[in-house]
Amino acid sequence: MNKNVMVIGGGPCGLEASAQLHKMGYNVILIEKEKQLGGHLAKWDRLFPEGIEAKEVLQPLVDNINGVKYFLDTEVVSINLLDKEYNVILSNGITVLSKAVLMTSGFDLFPAEKKEEYGYGIYDRVITNADLEKFFATGKDPRVVENPKRIGFVHCVGSRDEKAGNRYCSKVCCATAVKQACEMKALFPDAEIFCFYMDLRMFGRGYEDMYLKAQKDYGIRFIRGRVSEVSETLEKQVLVKAEDTLSGKPLKVTLDLLVLMAGMQNAKSGIRIGEMISMKRSDDGFFTTKGSILSLQECDKAGIFYAGACTGPKTLPDTLNEARAAAVSIHNYFNKEN
Amino acid sequence: MIYEGKQKIWSEYQKEIPEDHYFYVRSCIRQSFFPASEKVFLDITRNRLHKDFFETEHHTTCGGIAYHSDAIPQETSMTIIARQFALMHKYGYENYVCSCITSFGLYTETLETWREFPELEEKIKENLWESCKLEFAKPKYLAHASDLIYKYRNLIASQAKFKLIEKKSGRPLRVVEHIGCHYAKMFPSRGVGGAEYPYVLAGMIEAWGGEVIDYPERRHCCGFGFRQYLIKSNRGYSLSNTHKKFESMEPFKPDMIITNCPGCPYFLDRWQYVISEMEGKTYGENGHGIPVFTYEEVAGLVMGYDPWDLGLQVHQVGVEPLLDKMGIPYDPEKKYKGINNKDLGRPELPTCACL
Amino acid sequence: MDFGYSLSPSSRIDLDLFDRNRFNTLAEIEPDVLKCMACGSCTATCTAGKYAKNSLRSAILYLQNGQDKQALEYLKPCMLCGKCFMVCPRGINTRHLILSILKIYNNAK
Repeated sequence: MNKNVMVIGGGPCGLEASAQLHKMGYNVILIEKEKQLGGHLAKWDRLFPEGIEAKEVLQPLVDNINGVKYFLDTEVVSINLLDKEYNVILSNGITVLSKAVLMTSGFDLFPAEKKEEYGYGIYDRVITNADLEKFFATGKDPRVVENPKRIGFVHCVGSRDEKAGNRYCSKVCCATAVKQACEMKALFPDAEIFCFYMDLRMFGRGYEDMYLKAQKDYGIRFIRGRVSEVSETLEKQVLVKAEDTLSGKPLKVTLDLLVLMAGMQNAKSGIRIGEMISMKRSDDGFFTTKGSILSLQECDKAGIFYAGACTGPKTLPDTLNEARAAAVSIHNYFNKEN
Repeated sequence: MIYEGKQKIWSEYQKEIPEDHYFYVRSCIRQSFFPASEKVFLDITRNRLHKDFFETEHHTTCGGIAYHSDAIPQETSMTIIARQFALMHKYGYENYVCSCITSFGLYTETLETWREFPELEEKIKENLWESCKLEFAKPKYLAHASDLIYKYRNLIASQAKFKLIEKKSGRPLRVVEHIGCHYAKMFPSRGVGGAEYPYVLAGMIEAWGGEVIDYPERRHCCGFGFRQYLIKSNRGYSLSNTHKKFESMEPFKPDMIITNCPGCPYFLDRWQYVISEMEGKTYGENGHGIPVFTYEEVAGLVMGYDPWDLGLQVHQVGVEPLLDKMGIPYDPEKKYKGINNKDLGRPELPTCACL
Repeated sequence: MDFGYSLSPSSRIDLDLFDRNRFNTLAEIEPDVLKCMACGSCTATCTAGKYAKNSLRSAILYLQNGQDKQALEYLKPCMLCGKCFMVCPRGINTRHLILSILKIYNNAK
C-alpha cells in the first residue's frame, strides 16, 4: 500500500503537518487554493503577544516542507472513498489515491459588512483587523487618515453574536485587538485609543502582561460594552454608540478610525470539500471531531483527519500543535492498518 | 461615504413588488394629519399612471394604535386584520397595500405569526367567521404604499414638472429621509433596502433629483413611540427624541424632510414648533423650521399638483421656502382657503417655526 | 411657553468632551491609575462604601468618561484608611492616587 497523505490547505497548519509527515517517511501531497503558501499568516504583519513578525514564523514553516510535493492555485474537484483509499481529483488534473486525508483548511474571517450597523464598506473610516495588518505591512490605506486623533477597536465582530450566525468566541480577537491598539498608539502617539469589549479573554501566556502594558504604557482605554451602531458625521468621522456597562450609561464618541475585529468561521473552501463526503459539522459550523478531548484530530470517517481552525477558532501555537498531533494520529492510523 | 457599499446592501434587500391591481386601505390618522396624501396617492396611481387601485368604505382601522398602546390583545387585532384581508378577497384582489406604516408592520407581524403558529391562524379563521361570516384569505403580496411610489418613481420622474433641485442654482436639494420604525426594523427583509440603510425613500429622492442626507441619528425614532407620546407625563421624552434627531441633522443643512409613516411627519413637523417655543431654537434657514412632507405630497409637488390641493397649509412648518426653492408657483391668498373658498382660519401663534 | 412637559436631560457619556490634559496630568504623577481593571475589590472592601457613595473604581471610571464632578462625589466620604490598598490585585497605591485626584481635580476651576 502507498504511503500517500493528502493535506488540504497550505497555511501554517498544513505546512507544519506536511513537514512532520514528510520527516516520518510519508509521501505528502499538499494543495493550496491560493497562489502562495501561508494562508492568513502570509497576510499578517505581527503576532501577539510579543509582536514577532509574521514572516519570521512563516519562513521556517515554508523552509521545513522541503521535499514535500505541493500544488498552488489548486482545489479539490472531487473526493470519494474507493475501498480503503480516498480518490481525490484536483483542479490541476492530477488524481491522488490517499489512505489519509488531512483537513487543514482553516478559517475565513467573518465578513464584517454583514454587521450592517457597523458600516464596513460604507463609511470611509471603518476597517477590519485584516485591513489594519495590511496597513502595518504596507503603510498604505486611504481609510487611515494622516494623524488620527481618536481610534476605536470593536471586539467580537461576528463572534458571540447569534444574529450574525456565530455564537462562539473567536478566541484570538481580544489579544489581536490589544496588540493592534498598542501598535497604533506607537504609530500615532497623540491618538486616544479605545477598545470596546464585552469580556477580555486574555487566556494565553503573556497575554495578561500585554493587556497591562496596553493600559499602563500605551494608555489604551478599555470600555466594557459592545458597539451598537456606527454612523458618519459631516466631517466623515465615525460616531460610535455603545454602553459603558461599568457605569451603566449610554456613551458616544467620535472617531477618526474604527477597526472591526472580525472573528473566525469555518472556511467556505473547507466546507465545500467536507460536503463532498458528508463530514459532519457542529452547530457552530466547524467540523465535528471524533471526540472532544481524546481524539481531536480525527473525523468519525476513517482516514479523515483535522488540524487547526477548521475545528474551531485557534491561536497560531494551538494550530501548530494540532498539526503535529495530527501527524502522529495519521502515523498511528497507518501502523494500525498495516 | 462609499456609495457602492450602500448599493450593494440595497441590492440585497429588494422586493418583487407587483406592478398593478391593489386593494388599498387607508390609515386611521393620516387623513386628519395630512389630509390630501392618500387622495393624491390614489389620484397619481389611478389617473396619472393608470393603475388599478381599489378601495372600499367598509374597511376599518387595523387596530394598530390600540394594539401598540396595550389597549387590545393581539388576537383582537389579528381578527380585525383577517376581516380586512377577507374584504380584499371578496372584491377579487390578491395584492394588499396599506397607507400606514404601523399597519404594514402589524400586517407583516400577523402574517409571520400565522406562519409560525398555524393553530392561531385557525383560531382567527373561526373568530372571523363567528363575528363577520366572512371567508378567510391571505394576501399574495403585502405592500406599503411607499413601496408603490418607490416602484413608480421613474414613471413619476418621467412626468415630473418640478425636481428636487434649487431652481435658481441647479443645486440638488439636501433631503432627510425618515423611515417609520415599523417599516423594516421588525422584518428587515420586508423593506426596500433593509433596515439599516433603507432605500425606499432614498430611491424616490434620487429619482427626482435630490440628494440624500445620511446623518448620525437617521435610525432614531421620530419620537412618537405611541405610549411615549400618548401619555402626557411621557411627552417630554417623546420631544427629547425628536430634538436629538434635529440636533444631529442640523449641521447637514437639510432643505426638507420626507417620511413614509403617519406619525413621523406629524411629530417632526409639530415638535419643531414646540422646540422653537421652549428653547427658542429653529433648525431651518432664516429662523424657519425644516419643512416636513409625506412621500405622496412630494410626489404630488414633483408632478405639479397645486400645493394647497396637497394640504400643505395644515403643516406647522411653512412650506413656502421650499416651494420657492423648487420654483413651484403658489397663490399666498389661497393658502387658508378650503373647498369653495371657505375660510379655514389662520394659525393663532405663527412663531418663527411657521410662516 | 409651558406645555406641561419639557426636554429630558440626557445621561449619555460624551467622550468627545473628555478632558485629556487633566487626566494626563494625573497619569503622569499616578501612572497606576491606568492599571485599574475595574475588578471592584476596592469598593467591596471600602469602610465607607457601605454607608456612603464611595468607590475608587467608580471615581476612576468617571474621570475616564470626562465626568469629573461625579468622580469627586465618589471620593468625598473616603477616610483614607487604606483598606483598598490592601486588596487591589494590581497593587495600585490607592491612597496616594486618591490624594492626587483630589489635588488635581479640586484645584482646577
